[in-house]
Amino acid sequence: MHVPDGFFDAPTSVATGVVAAAVIGVSLRKARGELDDRTAPLVGLVAAFVFAAQMLNFPVVSGTSGHLMGGAIAAVLVGPWTGVLCVGTVLLVQALLFADGGITALGTNVVLVALATAVVGWGVFRALQMVLPKKTAMVPICAAAGAFLSVPVASMVFVGLYAVGGTADISIAALATAMLGVHVLIGIGEAAITFLAVGSILAVRPDLVYGARRVLEKRELVIRSTPTSSTEVPA
Amino acid sequence: MTGMNGRKRPGNKALAAGVLLVSLLLAGFASFYASGSPDGLESVAEEQGFSDTAGDHSAGDGPLADYDAGLDSERASVGVAGVVGVLVVLGLGTALTYVVRRRTPEEGEVANDASDSTSTSAAAPSTTNTSA
Repeated sequence: MHVPDGFFDAPTSVATGVVAAAVIGVSLRKARGELDDRTAPLVGLVAAFVFAAQMLNFPVVSGTSGHLMGGAIAAVLVGPWTGVLCVGTVLLVQALLFADGGITALGTNVVLVALATAVVGWGVFRALQMVLPKKTAMVPICAAAGAFLSVPVASMVFVGLYAVGGTADISIAALATAMLGVHVLIGIGEAAITFLAVGSILAVRPDLVYGARRVLEKRELVIRSTPTSSTEVPA
Repeated sequence: MTGMNGRKRPGNKALAAGVLLVSLLLAGFASFYASGSPDGLESVAEEQGFSDTAGDHSAGDGPLADYDAGLDSERASVGVAGVVGVLVVLGLGTALTYVVRRRTPEEGEVANDASDSTSTSAAAPSTTNTSA
């Protein structure tokens, strides 16, 4: 879902650009609380993986494909604020180097592909984590659920923006139906890739997975007598 | 490093090498086999009749535009573009962590969290001034 130049009028593009810049600014500050010496090297790798996975369009219905957005994966692996920065980096490189996603639409794409998917992905992930058993095995499942929902929600954010500042005079109801239908299907792919990616890292190094911190802490508290001090910022 | 269950875990370098290798293989090799059909948004834009509102991309003449390195072989073109992209994103993402973690977190953390509600731009310059 990379918006090209021309889909939105100038005021909408400027507005999403301002929102995107503010979000990146806040993320740069908040990401500090999510990263430590061990996990920081993961950031570039997660961004690189999201870029690579976004190249792999998979067929969804006849004549239509979909690809990963990656906000949920990044949020669960390195934290939601850092996740926004990871996907934002991917979008910047795609727009400037590969002409994928318009340059005037970069703000719109950051809002849709980085912010919306990370917010929904992380929000659903945390909500499920709170009600489901606190087990490491649940982490990829919660992440996949967040990933699945993040895609149709992002598509609805697109429709909302289009209702405000789309350049073509089309039926918003028809647009919403079409976008939702195809992006629910793409969400299944997003969930599958997220499950595999988060599950793989979790299997080998659960200590590096941001979304598994609370689960692991809880477990360590049983073993240790002193609680591990944490300055972690709840998202 | 030994895990909680006693199983030996790969070190940071081994993990980094693994993730990078997977990313390079996906972008450099598997990408050739990706579906060429329009993606969800492109497809809906065609169906709803607003795909023609998309303007020409101002970076559309770049050497790697549309993931095409311009080589004779289509497989090599997309592969080279993918590998370059992975390395550029890895470099930028890594540089980003240095920007994020530039100031000492111990001192910055408390001050920042306290000042979050009032100010989002002033980043606790009082104690540390080591940023170049």
